[in-house]
Amino acid sequence: MSEPIERHTFAVIVDNEPGVLARVIGLFSGRGYNIDSLTVAEVGHADNLSRITLVTTGTRMIIEQIKAQLRRLVPVRAVRDLTDEGAFVAKDLALVKVVNEGANRREALRIADIFGATVADTTLSSFVFVMTGSPDKVDSFIELMGALGRIEVARSGIVAIARGSEIAGDDERGG
Amino acid sequence: MTTETLTSAREGQPTTMSGAEMVLRALVDQGVEVVFGYPGGAVLPIYDALFKQNSVRHILVRHEQAAVHAAEGYARSTGKVGVVLVTSGPGATNAVTGLTDALMDSVPIVCLTGQVPTHLIGNDAFQECDTTGITRPCTKHNYLVKDVNRLAQTIHEAFYIARSGRPGPVVVDLPKDVQFGEGVYVGPENVRHNSYRPQTEPDPAAIEAAFELIAGAKRPLFYVGGGTVNSGPDACRALTELARLTGYPVTMTLMGLGAFPGTDPQSLGMVGMHGSYEANLAMHECDVMVAVGSRFDDRVTGKLAAFSPHSKKIHIDIDPSSINKNVAVDVPVVGDVGAVVGQLVAMWKGRGAKADSRALADWWAKIDRWRAVDCFRYEQPDSVIKPQYAIQRLYEACKGRETFITTEVGQHQMWAAQFFRFDRPNHWMTSGGLGTMGYGLPAAMGVQIAHPDALVIDIAGEASILMNIQEMSTIGQYRLPVKVFILNNEYMGMVRQWQELLHGGRYSESYSASLPDFVKLADAFGAVGLRATKPDEVDAVIREMLAVDRPVIVDVVVDKTENCFPMIPSGAAHNEMILGPSGNSGEQTVSEEGMVLV
Ligand SMILES: Cc1ncc(C[n+]2csc(CCOP(=O)(O)OP(=O)(O)O)c2C)c(N)n1
Ligand SMILES: [Mg+2]
Repeated sequence: MSEPIERHTFAVIVDNEPGVLARVIGLFSGRGYNIDSLTVAEVGHADNLSRITLVTTGTRMIIEQIKAQLRRLVPVRAVRDLTDEGAFVAKDLALVKVVNEGANRREALRIADIFGATVADTTLSSFVFVMTGSPDKVDSFIELMGALGRIEVARSGIVAIARGSEIAGDDERGG
Repeated sequence: MTTETLTSAREGQPTTMSGAEMVLRALVDQGVEVVFGYPGGAVLPIYDALFKQNSVRHILVRHEQAAVHAAEGYARSTGKVGVVLVTSGPGATNAVTGLTDALMDSVPIVCLTGQVPTHLIGNDAFQECDTTGITRPCTKHNYLVKDVNRLAQTIHEAFYIARSGRPGPVVVDLPKDVQFGEGVYVGPENVRHNSYRPQTEPDPAAIEAAFELIAGAKRPLFYVGGGTVNSGPDACRALTELARLTGYPVTMTLMGLGAFPGTDPQSLGMVGMHGSYEANLAMHECDVMVAVGSRFDDRVTGKLAAFSPHSKKIHIDIDPSSINKNVAVDVPVVGDVGAVVGQLVAMWKGRGAKADSRALADWWAKIDRWRAVDCFRYEQPDSVIKPQYAIQRLYEACKGRETFITTEVGQHQMWAAQFFRFDRPNHWMTSGGLGTMGYGLPAAMGVQIAHPDALVIDIAGEASILMNIQEMSTIGQYRLPVKVFILNNEYMGMVRQWQELLHGGRYSESYSASLPDFVKLADAFGAVGLRATKPDEVDAVIREMLAVDRPVIVDVVVDKTENCFPMIPSGAAHNEMILGPSGNSGEQTVSEEGMVLV
């Protein structure tokens, strides 16, 4: 009961076949696990693999259970616990539309500059900024923009990869 | 065209055939002898292909749920994969309970479902349902085949997945146009799944750690589950050898019964909610627990916080997700039970290991004191048949014959587990994980198909048996001499028992009203109907049942108020067992937390 809640980021390598995402999501809803963020895209066209980056929370026992349950899914090739393995890079992308005028408009542009966000679209009364960075940084950018006008946000969720020179193999089901 | 195909086959060229023919060919190549099924529009091409051949036998059930349970009975009594064939829509949805049952109890099943043609999928076509969507959480894996050239490979993969690692059900959904389409057949020898490779060989370091704990134990206990039975007869033999070498006590789960001989003095019987007093107290007080293909299910552990507080735990299992799921263990050993236990046996012999005989003698002395409590005792009055007595007499009468027992779900199931002893694996089939009423009759059917000359008995309750009673018709059609032994207490007894203990005796909807006359019902299905109402009729009725080489329904009218003891109430610990009606010490039987548990 008093066990601490941990937050983990997984890289899950799966065969890119119909229903695979449904299996992963169904596992989380069916067993009552949390999904804080989930992104998926094909990463190896030749061998038909997709990489799912998943952020979840739970006690240590639950985190271990999630990994074991994911590995049990037939199309899952590898589950890597980036949080356990050491340092990793995690990036989020947000498209932030800000509608405002006058001083607030100039301030929005100035802050975007500080955050290194770029402008993807502009009208006389709005910007669409592209903001990439760590999830925290993206959060604060969105918060600041919210103070400067009406906003609409689209976010990609987190993609993550381990730091260092090692290339991860695709077959680590047992690990 | 036929000539062409033949010539090319002769020259080792790829063989083309229709999808439906491929299905049959794949089944034959997988060594399938029997399919349990029910036809419909979306599988007609497969039924047509079935008609044109003689290698695969089709058993026509009367409900698709029963097809899956029959395949489960077939699979669990033979160790082979059970095969099911059903149509789309209602055929597939009717199979869902059976698939879930097979998933929970790790039974290898391949279920072929018909589907509307690919161009209609998603259109709410007649008898369309999202079979892969519906069955995703209740199968080990499933497939929708969209290309006839992938069909044969998919079926071979399905068999591989169903039987390897922790076994389970696999659904292959086959649109009708794919069944009609022509394509290239590939044999199983050319198919290798591109990623699924469950670990069967254990890590040597884990084995070493397990061995040390086992060898140094003072109050050891083997806690053996259905995974041992699934691993096969060799695994059960190895386990038995290890138990005999060490002299350690063995308890089994509901699913594990028969993995170690039930009549062996080292057997403490079943563990868990309705397990023996000695088994549960041994679980509570052991210092080294060796879990062998068991999964620390809540029916076994009781209150987790108080579960076996003094023991170091070794967990041998092929499924890594079973390890540390409910109970944190000290030494996990991932691998096939047969391989792991085989190595432990070799190490024990090779190193000339010896159990701590002093400590072990003390431990057995303690166990014997628990045994002396005689927790399953009951009194048999002259007036009314006690259900326990009926099963005990049945067990005595079946000794010396190869007997397979299936059950339905309820009190009768627990009494069967308590009073029937199994000395061999694969002779006891019950729905453990899902607890599916209606399992026993079709399962018995599947067992009898696989073992035509054996004695197959479904120990049933009067409520459960009505859930798949239509299968008496299948039993009649194939002249299967299945025996149905009903303990008729006119109640959903297990529900009534919980209502008595937990809900102030308010027997809400648990009375079995308007029961059929089971003797006449047997007659209507062309079976023999018998009834016993007095204790002195029990033996005669059993004798008669065993003497006829036909299906029999026996209606044993038993005590309506008997409860199943011992019992660990939900949410209680092993050492808080209730031994009998007067066995609890006046405290409230179930805690508030326990009330919400099932
Ligand atoms: C399909 C299904 N529905 C409901 C239940 C809940 N349930 C468990 S035992 C039981 C009563 C079974 O009655 P009976 O077959 O007469 O057996 P008895 O307990 O009387 O021996 C019920 C309703 C179940 N296990 N399965
Ligand atoms: Mg009953």
